[in-house]
Amino acid sequence: MSMGQSITVTVNGEKRSAEVEPRLLLVHFIRETLRLTGTHIGCDTTHCGACTVLVEGVPVKSCTMLAVQANGQQVTTVEALAAGGSLHPIQAAFKQEHGLQCGFCTPGMMLTSVALLKENQDPTDDEIRWALSGNICRCTGYMNIVKAVKSAAAQMSAAAAVPAATAAARS
Amino acid sequence: MLPAAFEYHAPRTVDEALELLDQLGDEGKVLAGGQSLIPLLKLRFASPAHLVDINGIKELDYIEERDGTLRIGPLFRHKAAERSSLLASRYHVMADAAPQIADPIIRNRGTIAGSVAHADPSGDWGTVLLALDADLVLRSKSESRTVKARDFFSGPFSTALKPTEMLTEIRIPAAKAQSGGAYLKLERKVGDFATVAVAVHLQMDDGKVRAAGIGLTAVGPQNIKAERAEAALRGTRLDDAAIKEAAALAAEAAEPKADLRGSVEYKRNVVRVFTERGLKRAYERARGGG
Repeated sequence: MSMGQSITVTVNGEKRSAEVEPRLLLVHFIRETLRLTGTHIGCDTTHCGACTVLVEGVPVKSCTMLAVQANGQQVTTVEALAAGGSLHPIQAAFKQEHGLQCGFCTPGMMLTSVALLKENQDPTDDEIRWALSGNICRCTGYMNIVKAVKSAAAQMSAAAAVPAATAAARS
Repeated sequence: MLPAAFEYHAPRTVDEALELLDQLGDEGKVLAGGQSLIPLLKLRFASPAHLVDINGIKELDYIEERDGTLRIGPLFRHKAAERSSLLASRYHVMADAAPQIADPIIRNRGTIAGSVAHADPSGDWGTVLLALDADLVLRSKSESRTVKARDFFSGPFSTALKPTEMLTEIRIPAAKAQSGGAYLKLERKVGDFATVAVAVHLQMDDGKVRAAGIGLTAVGPQNIKAERAEAALRGTRLDDAAIKEAAALAAEAAEPKADLRGSVEYKRNVVRVFTERGLKRAYERARGGG
């Protein structure tokens, strides 16, 4: 009955246009229309956070948003993290600290963490646990996930401090 | 899971949205944050033929105090409530509730008004609005009316809202000096619906209770306003006897059902304990502490 609707969504910096049914969920648009399968479907009931992506930089459960609602907006998926072929610090830290076992929840965990670290460069364990409380890991690897986010925070602030120190030395 | 097919509308103004709702009648449904509605659509518990998405009407995302009233727009999201310094400093019951709604990702998108219009008996905001004695502005194309929160809820997922109407504003009496509140919620894990929650709001005046508001979550077919408990507090000095009596009356007002979260007796007792604790916390805050 319902007609296709034209949408253009900027996904990982690239404009992607498609004709979609209004009932198509954002997660299906990402996985099936765009074939970006790094975004996982876990519970499909708004609980687990495996399908988390960033919409305009804000973590959203993509199983609980319509693709048409993303029209004209910026969406970031896990595929954007390793831009240029080198791992994002959050990815490097999850690898280093064994922040994953089966890996199913990892894309959502990392994207929520990236959004957290943008607002809070030096989060405490409690703040990390609080921020990630909408992302469920059924391997229950939370200890190492928290360690990974802390480690990424340290690396990212160290990396940010280098240019600042260089600039200070120059002046 | 896919929702049943529907037609999608994205109006740019409130008038446009109300015009659409007027035309669509029973077939139209407003989509705000979607954190309750989209799961319902996916489970096919709801299958409206038309969705009217208000997320494009940016001016609906506001909170402001004006003319003695706190006004909240339909797109004001849980996350914004969680971060509001206005709520943190003067509307304690709201500031307490906001970070306890669902989980942080859902709070990024869900709205207070959407949650109230959804009217889940386990929803938190309805209870908060009952304690604060809020008014709800319901607008249709041809009419605007104001309904008290206590007259708004009529059963599980049922409200006074007509299909052609939209909840366009929540109005709360502006917080005065010597007022305080608290929201206490028991949940099995972070992000779960409440086993029981209690909202308390107190207006003190020279050491006496001028007005008290008490709301109960998840212990009945709808959010409950414990009016007898509120009345019993009025004019007292909030001594231990008054607190005990109000807590007992609040527990009586609860109509819990036994389920996997607990027995009837257990839930009723949590209402009693939380009412006591909530009143004490609200009192401290009304005195400028905590």
